[in-house]
Amino acid sequence: MAIDLINKMETMTGAKALMTAMEKEGVKQVFGIPGGANLPMYDEFARCNIRHILARHEQSASHMADGFGRVSRKPGVCFATSGPGATNILTGLATAQADSAPMVAVTGQVPVNMIGRDAFQESDIIGMSNPVVKYAFQPRTPGEIPEAVRKGFYIAETGRPGPVLIDIPKDVQTGKAEMTFPDEFKIQGYHPWADPDIVACEKAIDMLLNSEKPIILAGGGTIISSAFAELQAIAETLMLPVVTTFKGKGAFPETHPLSLGPIGMHGHAEANKMMTEADCVLAIGTRFSDRSVGTFEAFEKRLKIIHLDVDPAEIGKNQTAQVAVVGDVKASLRIMIKLLLQRAIKKTEESTWIKHVKETKAYWQENLKIHPGEMGAAKILRKLRELLPAESIITTEVGQHQMWASLFYDVIQPGTFFSSTGLGTMGWGFPASIGAKVARPDVPVVDIAGDGSFAMTENSLATAVLEDIPVIVFILNNFTLGMVAQWQRTFYDRRMIGVDQKHCPDYVKLAESYGAQGIRAQSMDELDKAIKAALSSDVATVIDIPIDPEEDVLPFVAPGTPLEDMVLPS
Amino acid sequence: MWAIISLLVENKTGILFKITHLFRSRNFNIDSISVGVTENPDYSRMTITTNSDEKRVAQIVKQLEKMIDTVEVKQLDEHKTVYRELCLFMIKLSNANDSMEINKIVNAYGGKVHDVKKESLMVELTATPYQIQAFEELIKPFGIIDVARTGVAALQRSGS
Repeated sequence: MAIDLINKMETMTGAKALMTAMEKEGVKQVFGIPGGANLPMYDEFARCNIRHILARHEQSASHMADGFGRVSRKPGVCFATSGPGATNILTGLATAQADSAPMVAVTGQVPVNMIGRDAFQESDIIGMSNPVVKYAFQPRTPGEIPEAVRKGFYIAETGRPGPVLIDIPKDVQTGKAEMTFPDEFKIQGYHPWADPDIVACEKAIDMLLNSEKPIILAGGGTIISSAFAELQAIAETLMLPVVTTFKGKGAFPETHPLSLGPIGMHGHAEANKMMTEADCVLAIGTRFSDRSVGTFEAFEKRLKIIHLDVDPAEIGKNQTAQVAVVGDVKASLRIMIKLLLQRAIKKTEESTWIKHVKETKAYWQENLKIHPGEMGAAKILRKLRELLPAESIITTEVGQHQMWASLFYDVIQPGTFFSSTGLGTMGWGFPASIGAKVARPDVPVVDIAGDGSFAMTENSLATAVLEDIPVIVFILNNFTLGMVAQWQRTFYDRRMIGVDQKHCPDYVKLAESYGAQGIRAQSMDELDKAIKAALSSDVATVIDIPIDPEEDVLPFVAPGTPLEDMVLPS
Repeated sequence: MWAIISLLVENKTGILFKITHLFRSRNFNIDSISVGVTENPDYSRMTITTNSDEKRVAQIVKQLEKMIDTVEVKQLDEHKTVYRELCLFMIKLSNANDSMEINKIVNAYGGKVHDVKKESLMVELTATPYQIQAFEELIKPFGIIDVARTGVAALQRSGS
């Protein structure tokens, strides 16, 4: 036993131990930028099988890791140096935390004896990142590194996933120790998955069966847990209409007859209407964000809530549930399905409610007014949908285009739509699409973008081109910070301040200057050709689609108002 | 409601920061906090008192439970708990009789007198926060020069 242990031990530097431990975790690539305090780690890339993908800003590196993590469901890894390198990833950590995305960020730190002395490029990243990480480690001796990596990856990807930071002082990277790489470890205060309570599952079923107008609200947790088949099974067995949160968009095929699409501030008209008429909701993996439910008080008042969530702290946080099941939502849904089978329950006849739901859906699909021009957002996004294979992956930026994507781009294959929904980080979509493409090089990956948001991380084009990651950036270009402009038109009497981006830059030329393909599409015909050219391209493509700067996103539920007060296009 | 939350946490650097940060970021106030290592040096016991409604206290307890460094989190029922706070008062002596008067009050509350000087004396009192408050009201007229409180330490009675 003792001899075994000694045989397993190997003397190596902290940096080498980090890379070895990451290889053991199955890490194939790291997104990052080198700097003074992480050079010993970077030097190890010369001696290991992990690919380094150079970003042009640490924030982008963190979003790339995030995109990789969401698509592969394994933590994406980003590297940054100390000081500004580390502070630059804070937005990436906060974004991943807000959307429960698995990520491991490794930062360099000044040497241990310099910590606290305001050294060059020193920042207290452990202190700064505390509220936006799931956990953070700062190994103070080289020998602590293997366990920090093992635990870090475990924490990042289990239970409710999230970002983990490992901050390594430079002398801990260069110092040598006898390393053991633990397979087993204990984290006493961490219980990622509870066993779902069967009695609560029984109650949930009874409550659904005894309701006249039940509905399913699928949140992002449904996608994280890949409970797609389970969600579909329960919806079809009980013939329940399915709405989603925006984060849960595409948890359920949006082409399915029972699908109503996302609810919320820019939810589908039929989804918001039916959500407000329902008397019981089976809410799966959602935190009932204000953007989804409108006002907390009005939402919980009108219906009974069954809440399935992996995170016990979400139960009762924003909404009071009558029945709560804590546990991985996939496991909870499986228990419910089993119970339905045991009780031989399968609805075959359409209730008055489901007939009404289908009529409402048909009405709004037919009658929702869209922009009348040839190049209106709805037409553009429907064209994209028409030409993209079902398994294509979408990321979005943040703004009007994001909400149009929610409204007009139907997700066919569950789990193929990703967006910064919680933090609403402009500039997320493009680097995230690069991470997504690294995770799934076999499918087209498209960043549905706006000009304002894309401008924030557009220099990731260098990464896409130099690292041969041919993603497609699909810019609905209204030459303004469109969502802000819409709010200024709506709430500030058309005083347009700080929103006009004019025609700067020219995105076609910008793309070309990076060696990417740039195409401008000013008609449906040009758009058709541009999408086809992008899909067959070996290099990244930017499609610049000029649109009407005055086009609003509608329907709209104003902040602080209930879903009933939805404003429809007139 | 006034709530006593007892936490058993891993005795590591930065835990106090994380706990207090959680209260701040979740929009909660800490009334008092006391921390000390337990009989097992791997753990510390923290006792936090806070004021909020029942639902929000339940929420902060859940958020604390979710923290990876917390091993055990309990909201203590004050009727089934022994909870005490140590408080030091520096009290002004203006008249000849003050010292005697103060001593009477201190004795009634089971306190101790330290550092008696011509113009001031110091009182040590271990009691519940309510008792400390009542004591403070009684000695206020003499003039309180300084106060230091430890925050509440609490343990549940056995069998409850």
